[in-house]
Amino acid sequence: MDLFKGFADIKIDVLKEVGNIGAGNAATALSRLLDKPIDMAVPKVQMLPFEAVADTVGGAESVVLAVFLRVEGDAPGNLFFVLSPEAAKKLVRRLAGIHVESEEEFSEMEWSALSEIGNILAGSYLSSLADFTSLAMLPTVPALAMDMAGAILGYGLLQSGEMGDSALLIDTTFIEDQQEVEGQFFLIPDPESFDKIFTALGVPMND
Amino acid sequence: MIEEQRIVKVGMADLNIIQQSGLIRTTGLGSCVGLTLYDPVVKVAGLAHVMLPASTIAREGSLNIAKYADTAVPALLQQLLAAGAEQRRIVAKMAGGSQMFTFAGTGDSLRIGPRNVESCKDKLSELGIPLLAEDTGGNYGRTIELDCETGILFIRSVQKGVKEL
Repeated sequence: MDLFKGFADIKIDVLKEVGNIGAGNAATALSRLLDKPIDMAVPKVQMLPFEAVADTVGGAESVVLAVFLRVEGDAPGNLFFVLSPEAAKKLVRRLAGIHVESEEEFSEMEWSALSEIGNILAGSYLSSLADFTSLAMLPTVPALAMDMAGAILGYGLLQSGEMGDSALLIDTTFIEDQQEVEGQFFLIPDPESFDKIFTALGVPMND
Repeated sequence: MIEEQRIVKVGMADLNIIQQSGLIRTTGLGSCVGLTLYDPVVKVAGLAHVMLPASTIAREGSLNIAKYADTAVPALLQQLLAAGAEQRRIVAKMAGGSQMFTFAGTGDSLRIGPRNVESCKDKLSELGIPLLAEDTGGNYGRTIELDCETGILFIRSVQKGVKEL
């Protein structure tokens, strides 16, 4: 995408900070819910061809659980919170105290607990980002799905698709006890949102 | 030991063909549509992984014709013809176009799956290519594979296993 060819390091750093702020607040929210420390890896800001996007969560066919919400307002985009089914099971077991009956399937109760957790985390990601940038970022009602990663994340690439064949991902991973991946946040801003984010954060636009 | 079959992979917003034998495959179709064209006589099979319905919405500098239904279908047809297929024998099958997430609202981008399907159908009928079978819609992802020898389309999904068209 031509738009990103000349991305200066400062812009990449700013987008990393966007991931830091958003996911940092979501991690705090999660660790409060779990009453355990949740750490975060350094955010990755990557321009990826569509093909490679699903590889960040294990490939197009790997089954993942995802909370998706569309961001509307000044800087529109797509926000995903992606979990492996195992991590999702662990989360409902610990958090909601739900007795897990099957490791493969999700009961209605578990599903609704996950959707609520997703709501809380995605909401805190977005509200902290809106505060940080002073941009209006309004979440749509989050939706939950479990399916092939390619099919799920593909949904977040449509707006980027009108501009080119790659998308910019701000990818932040939650970690517990130094190793276990608890979930991953992806923010995929629409192409026209970048200028608004940069301007809001005082990045000079002439480079 | 069975000889390993040749597999041609088609990525998102991409198209390709295969001849004689082997499989042509694309993975993780959600709202995207996997459209296949096939000439059973010369055994040429083509597959396009279509992402968006119409190239009129494109704002990119150089148009990727494989990405849009209205440009991908004719382009794929051209590739089949160039490989020796005859238009009157070509038949189509397709899968995908689902709605992965259910929302309260029904904005235009949320209906992208069904719109991709409609746009592919419009283009096929415009080109006079019969659509033999389809497995479209729903709310789940699909991986599809067309067998170049038989023209059978295999569709795999997480919930429903494998289906043949």
